Amino acid sequence: MIEIESVSKAYGGVRVLDDVTLTIPTGGITSLIGANGAGKSTLLSVAARLLPADSGRVRVDGLDVATTPSAVLARRLSVLRQENAMSVRLTVRELVAFGRFPHSGGRLTREDHRLVDEAMAWFELGPLADRHLDQLSGGQRQRAYVAMVMCQGTDHVLLDEPLNNLDVRHAVQMMRMLRGMADELGRTVVLVVHDVNVASCYSDRIVAMREGRLVAEGPTAELMTPELLREVFDVDVAVHELAGRRIGVPWS
Amino acid sequence: MTTTTDRRDGAAPPRVRRRRGVQRWHVTAALAALVLAAAASLFVGVGDLTPADVLDLDEAQARVLWASRVPRLLAILLAGSAMAVAGLVMMHLTRNRFVSPQTAGTTEWVGLGIVVATLWAGGTSVFGKMVVGVVFALVGTALFVWLLQRLVLTDVVVVPLVGILLGGVVSAATTFLAYRHDLLQTVDVWMNGDFSGVLAGRYELLWLVLAATVVAYLWADRFSVAGMGEGFAVNLGLPYTRVVMLGLAIASVVTAVVVVSVGSIPFLGLVVPNLVTLAMGDNLRRVLPVTALTGAAFVLVCDVLARTIRHPYEVPVGMVGGVVGGVLFVWLLLRARRRVA
Repeated sequence: MIEIESVSKAYGGVRVLDDVTLTIPTGGITSLIGANGAGKSTLLSVAARLLPADSGRVRVDGLDVATTPSAVLARRLSVLRQENAMSVRLTVRELVAFGRFPHSGGRLTREDHRLVDEAMAWFELGPLADRHLDQLSGGQRQRAYVAMVMCQGTDHVLLDEPLNNLDVRHAVQMMRMLRGMADELGRTVVLVVHDVNVASCYSDRIVAMREGRLVAEGPTAELMTPELLREVFDVDVAVHELAGRRIGVPWS
Repeated sequence: MTTTTDRRDGAAPPRVRRRRGVQRWHVTAALAALVLAAAASLFVGVGDLTPADVLDLDEAQARVLWASRVPRLLAILLAGSAMAVAGLVMMHLTRNRFVSPQTAGTTEWVGLGIVVATLWAGGTSVFGKMVVGVVFALVGTALFVWLLQRLVLTDVVVVPLVGILLGGVVSAATTFLAYRHDLLQTVDVWMNGDFSGVLAGRYELLWLVLAATVVAYLWADRFSVAGMGEGFAVNLGLPYTRVVMLGLAIASVVTAVVVVSVGSIPFLGLVVPNLVTLAMGDNLRRVLPVTALTGAAFVLVCDVLARTIRHPYEVPVGMVGGVVGGVLFVWLLLRARRRVA
C-alpha cells in the first residue's frame, strides 16, 4: 500500500503538485492519467523518493520514503522513469542482473541467476542476452529496463510510460506482462500512461490528475465517463462500450 | 557511443555481427606479454645487467637490480594500473567518457599543491608534498563536480572542456607562483612523468595507490550502478552521492600520489579505460582488472621505449606517453566516428 499525504511540489514557483492525498491499495494495476504537465510523473517520482516533496509525506507499507534507508526501500519498491539515457554499455543480461543488486550486492546467488533468467524469459530477451544496450532498438531497450525492474522482485512496481517506444505487438505484450505481474505474482503496479484506453483496458483503478491536483480516483469503470475525461483532458471524449471494455474516442 | 539513437522498434533488426569483444585467451595473452615486458625492463639500462647475471650477481649488479631496476618496475606497474583505474572510475562517476584526472584538472591541482608545499610548508619531503597534493586534488575535483552540478550542459564534450579550462587556470597560477620564486624547473621536473629518479626509498608511497585500486575493485559494482545514473542508482538503493564522492576521492588521491611520486603521464587515465571499455563494455567488475593490467602495460611499454630511443640517455616517459597516447586517442575518435556513421 502506498499512502500519499498532502504532497506538494513546486519547480521555480510553479506548483506541479498541489496538496495531493491518495492511497493506492495493495495489488492490481493503478494508472495515473492526465494531460501533459498534470503532475503524474512528478507524483510517481516523489512516491519513489527520486524527488523530495516540498511538503507532505509518502509511506510505502508504512515506511516513510523520505527517512527510510534507500537500500531498505529498494527491496520493497522499484521505479523506472520515462527518460533513461543510460550511457553505460552493459549487456542485457548484466543490466537485468543489476536488478538483484538490492538483495545480494554484486554477488549473485544461484537463486538470483534463476530470477534473472525468468525475468529475461518473461520479456523475450533471451536472444538478446549478450547484446550491449547500445546495439538495441528503443523498444528492445525499454523491455530490458522493465525486465530489470521486475527482476528486482519488489511488491510495488512504479513505471512511468512503460509503453514508450513499443510497437503495438510489444505494447500489448508489455501490458499483459504487467497484468500477469499483478495477478500471478501479486505485485502492486502503478503506471503513468498517456493513452486513456490502455488505462481503461488494463488497469483496475484510475487516478486522474489535472494541474497538479487530484481530480478523481476509483475503479476504472466508474471513471471512464465522458464527463470525467472532459474535465481531465479538456477535450470531448465519446465513450463506447466495445467487447465489454470502455473505449474513449476523442476524435470526432 | 550512440549508434542507435534513431532506430525505431520494428525497423530492420541490427545486423548480426561476428562475436566481438574480449575472450579469455586475449587476457591470458596480454598477461603473458606483460610479464615478458616486465622481465625485459629489468635488463634495460646503462648499468650492465643481463638475465644470465641474475644467477650470479656481483655486488654492483645486485645494487643496480635491487636499488634501481626492481623499484622502477614496481613503480611503473603500480602507477600505470592505478592511474588507469582512477580514470575508469572518474569516467563512470561523471558519466562522461572524456573525463579523467587529466581532463578534470586534478593533475594541475596536484602541481599547484606541490609548489605551495615547496614554498610554504617548508618541508620538501616527498611525504609532505604528497599530503598537500592530495588535499589540493580533493579540493580541485570537488570544485569540478560542484561546477558540473550547476552548469546546464547539453554536450558531452563541454564537460571535459570545463575541466581542461579549470586545469589551465590552475596551471597558470602554478606557473606564476613558480616564476616568482624561481621554481619553474622544479615544477617541470615534478610534473613530467619520469621513472629515472625512482630508487629504493623514493617510491614506496606508491604502494598506497595499490590499496586505493583494491578498494575501487571491491566497490566496482557500486560504481557500475552509480554510472547508470542517479535515477537507476537510487532505485537500486545505492547511496548515490556518497558513492560518487568516495569514488572521486579515490581517483584524486591516486592522482596526487602518482604525480608526486613519478609525475604525470598524459592520456593514461583517458585512453586506457576507453580502449578497454570499448572492447569489453562497462561492467566494472569485469573491466577493472583488465584496465589495471592494460594501464600497467601501457606505462611499461612507454618506459622501455623512453629508455631505448636514445640509449644510453633517457627521454621522460611522460613525453613518450603523450605521443603514444595521443595517437591512440585520435584512433579512438576516428573509430567512434566510424561506428556512428
